[in-house]
Amino acid sequence: MYEFDWSSIPGSLPFLWDGMKISLEITLQAIVVGIVWGTLLAMMRLSSIKPLSLFAAGYVNLFRAVPLVMVLLWFFLIVPRFIEQLFGLPTGTDLRLTSAMIGFALFESAYYSEIIRAGIQSVPKGQMAACQALGMTYGQSMRLVILPQAFRNMVPLLLTQGIILFQDTSLVYVSALADFFGAAYKVGDRDGRLVEMLLFAGAVYFVICFAASQLVKRLQKKYHPA
Amino acid sequence: MIKIDNVSKYYGDFNVLKECSTTVEKGEVIVVCGPSGSGKSTLIKCVNGLEPFQAGEITVNGISVGDPKTNLSKLRAHVGMVFQNFELFPHMSITQNLAIAQVKVLGRKQEEAVEKGLKLLDRVGLKAHAHKFPGQLSGGQQQRVAIARALAMDPICMLFDEPTSALDPEMVNEVLDVMTELAQEGMTMMCVTHEMGFARRVANRVIFMDHGRIVEDDEKEAFFANPRSERAQQFLAKILHH
Repeated sequence: MYEFDWSSIPGSLPFLWDGMKISLEITLQAIVVGIVWGTLLAMMRLSSIKPLSLFAAGYVNLFRAVPLVMVLLWFFLIVPRFIEQLFGLPTGTDLRLTSAMIGFALFESAYYSEIIRAGIQSVPKGQMAACQALGMTYGQSMRLVILPQAFRNMVPLLLTQGIILFQDTSLVYVSALADFFGAAYKVGDRDGRLVEMLLFAGAVYFVICFAASQLVKRLQKKYHPA
Repeated sequence: MIKIDNVSKYYGDFNVLKECSTTVEKGEVIVVCGPSGSGKSTLIKCVNGLEPFQAGEITVNGISVGDPKTNLSKLRAHVGMVFQNFELFPHMSITQNLAIAQVKVLGRKQEEAVEKGLKLLDRVGLKAHAHKFPGQLSGGQQQRVAIARALAMDPICMLFDEPTSALDPEMVNEVLDVMTELAQEGMTMMCVTHEMGFARRVANRVIFMDHGRIVEDDEKEAFFANPRSERAQQFLAKILHH
């Protein structure tokens, strides 16, 4: 019978907290970049200018058809070389965090753009017609009327995607980056207590994500009762 | 003011408008009627370029709508339009609905735009609702706000696309009253509507459309007394017996 030994957890909490900060950092920037770049992609995809909509469709389909782990590995292997050359950095500079962030942001943009596209399409067509009839340009109509309504409809979905994103950050362990999961794994490996550490890390992810999704649910009820 | 000359429009192979021609002089009120699917809404949306057309020409105040060199936004800023489903902006207060295009399109100051908006809101009898949001108003009230919003841009003419079709019957009159008043003040108006009482009261001419074609374009007395086409006779008989 396996004997649990949780004693390595208390001492490693500061190290785990540093890992959590990296996880949160990646999540947050991927959400921000994902929403901004995703909005642009969604607008391109809905645009009547063929090359733009083809580019956006290609981008979204490519990233949605490839496993995230693979994208992260590509970026882990390619982006550091590229950045080193671009900025003339010495080879071997630690760019794991940067490349992980870029990989996540580009990958998540594809998912966000699909959510945002649906959001834009959920706004009645007549709203755009009304804007145009008042003399607004396309840009003004989008910025002042269509996107604010689209985002209001989408908030729960965007937040839910953020929670999924937070879970997905654990995949950066493939680049040996000490995010929360990576940190837990390292501690467990060092102390020969992998099972305990992984159970503990799982519990932490569960508590955070479950609490966050309950919050989203409550938010949804408050703003869209029905 | 509005000149529609031999306009044809296709959706793919489907010919929605067939060689439509008519004119609206300054101060005239034209009612466009006809069975659903006859192309009347499409025609009125061509006037401010919301719908593109493939043949013919439309000019508003001498400016060609179909010309790719025309700045459509600038033209539309002075052509008021009222929609079947009101299309107020639901995330803005009534005041902001009235002010936004004045500020962003005409470059007016916010205070000036609000003041003008409130004056027009008062005119359609809804001053007390300025701080509310569109969702808190009835359909008839929303449509009156939509008319005020269009008027706030100082339009040279107004287009109405079935402004009362989405309303409960008891709210139709409050909207028609505002439109009647507007017509009596000399506003140039082109109205797609089935409200024949309104047409009788204020229209100068009535246009009857069927299958994408302008079948009748008559002085209102002539149209109601003695429609020439059989199709218009049938249509009137059906609509007037309700």
